[in-house]
Amino acid sequence: MAKGVKPRVKVPKTASAGEMVTLKTLISHKMESGQRKDSDGNKIPRSIINRFTCAFNGKTVVDVEMLPAISTNPYFQFDAVIPEAGEFHFTWYDDDGSVYETKKSVKMA
Amino acid sequence: MQFTRRDTMAIGGAAVLTSFVPSLSVASTNDLIMEVTGGATAASSGIDLTAPEIAENGNTVPISVDAPGAVAVTILAAGNPLPGVATFNFGDGAGSQSATTRIRLAGTQDVIAVAKMADGSFAAVSQTVKVTIGGCGG
Repeated sequence: MAKGVKPRVKVPKTASAGEMVTLKTLISHKMESGQRKDSDGNKIPRSIINRFTCAFNGKTVVDVEMLPAISTNPYFQFDAVIPEAGEFHFTWYDDDGSVYETKKSVKMA
Repeated sequence: MQFTRRDTMAIGGAAVLTSFVPSLSVASTNDLIMEVTGGATAASSGIDLTAPEIAENGNTVPISVDAPGAVAVTILAAGNPLPGVATFNFGDGAGSQSATTRIRLAGTQDVIAVAKMADGSFAAVSQTVKVTIGGCGG
């Protein structure tokens, strides 16, 4: 597992049924592209998060395939519709097989 | 080996020429769009791409796409060593088919967004982003 990986998400605590909300996610990760070389001229191997998913009560909101051209500390902003009270499930998949997860619940206003 | 002034000038000139070659040999925007669509022609409307005209730091360039009715949006950077950037697949829970992220750009180039619509058609848009690495503000 890459060191110091910390997911952060911004989700409203309450929403009315059918409301569209904007979600913001950021995960600290160095996203080594595999293109850089170290001081000895050796390629630094690729180590990135290659997939991000967000689901609400099991229903997919977005599923993003990520390639090395995504910046360090990948940031995503997108919209979701909240039909009922429930839980957002955010998942990041690392190249090395580790999976980072965060959950946020939303109540009805 | 002794370098005369003339030799040095020639080498310098050659170096300048070769440093320009990569920008000419980048994959063409149309070829990249064709690769995503599988040969189908992409419409030019129905998708919006927001990117800065000038990005001072190529390491994090904020971009947003908005493609109402799309099931997937692919972002490409024509001038990067690997042109692929990301693919957003929108599910049933998505409130709108728009997303914002930050990408890496190797230099001044076209950023391309290709949307796959629910009916199987495609829409594409591209925008040139000037990148001034080193942050001289150029």
